[in-house]
Amino acid sequence: MRGPDVAWYLAVAAFLFATGALGVLLRRSPLIVLLSLEIMLNGANLALIAFSRLHGESSGQIFALAVMAVAASEVVVGLGLIVAIAQKRLDLDVDKLSFLRG
Amino acid sequence: MANVLVWTVWVIAAFSCLASGIAVVSFSNPFFSALALIGNLASLAVLYLLLSAEFVAAGQVLVYAGAVMVMFLFVTAYLGGRADAPWAGGPSWQQFGAVLAAGAILVEVIVVIGLKAGGRLSHEARIDSGFGSPHRIGRVFLTDHLLAFEITSIVLLVAAVGSVILGAHSRRSETTGELVHNEEARART
Repeated sequence: MRGPDVAWYLAVAAFLFATGALGVLLRRSPLIVLLSLEIMLNGANLALIAFSRLHGESSGQIFALAVMAVAASEVVVGLGLIVAIAQKRLDLDVDKLSFLRG
Repeated sequence: MANVLVWTVWVIAAFSCLASGIAVVSFSNPFFSALALIGNLASLAVLYLLLSAEFVAAGQVLVYAGAVMVMFLFVTAYLGGRADAPWAGGPSWQQFGAVLAAGAILVEVIVVIGLKAGGRLSHEARIDSGFGSPHRIGRVFLTDHLLAFEITSIVLLVAAVGSVILGAHSRRSETTGELVHNEEARART
C-alpha cells in the first residue's frame, strides 16, 4: 500500500501556511486573525509529521504535540484579550487597535 | 487497488483541507470561519492518519476540533458575529501587499524544500506497525523528551492563569470605566 510521496504532503503544508499568512495580513477582525494563525500552525504541524514519517522517527510527532499545546495556550490568551477589548467597548479592528494604553 | 484507495482518500482530504482553509480566510462572518476551521482540522486529521500518526490525529480531533473550537465558537457567539468583508472598499495597497507577501512565502517555502530535499523526499523510511501509536509516543515522551513534556505543562498552566487574570482585570476596569463615564455624563449636565 503506497500512497502519495512526502513531497505532496509538504506542498499541502506550504499552501496551508501561505493561506494562514494571507489571512493574518489581510483580515481586520482579531478573531479571524487568530483562526488564520491556527491554520499557519497546522501547516507547520503537517510538515513536522510528514518529515517524521520520512525519517521513521517519532520525535517529529512529539514536536507536533508540543505545537498543539502551544496553540491551545495561544488561543486561550488571545481570546481573553479579545474579550477584554470588547468589554472596553473598543472596535474589534486590528487596524484601529494601535495603542497599548488601557 | 489499495494504492488507488489511498490516493483517493489523500486527494479528498487534501482538497477539503485547502478549500476550508481558503474559506476561513474569505468568509466575512467569524462564526462561519470558525466552522470552516473545524472542517480544516478534521481533514488534517485524515492526512495525519495517512502518515501513520494515529495518536496525533486523535489528539488533533479531541484537543482542536473538540476543545479549542468550542471555546472559539462561544467567544464568537458572545461577541456577536460582526461581519467584516475581506475585500470591502476595493483592493487597497495594503491588501495588495498582503497577497504579494503570502505568495512570496509560498514560493519561498516550495523552492527551499525543492532545492534542499527534492531528491530525497520519495525514499520513506521503513516503519513497523507500532509507529505513531500511543504506546510508542508515550514512551518517547517520558524518556527522551521529558523536559519538553514538563515545559509544555508549565506553558499550559501559565496560559490558564494568565487568561483568568485577564478576565478578572477586564471586569474590574470595566466597572471603573462606567464610573468615569457616569461622572463625565454628570459633569456635562
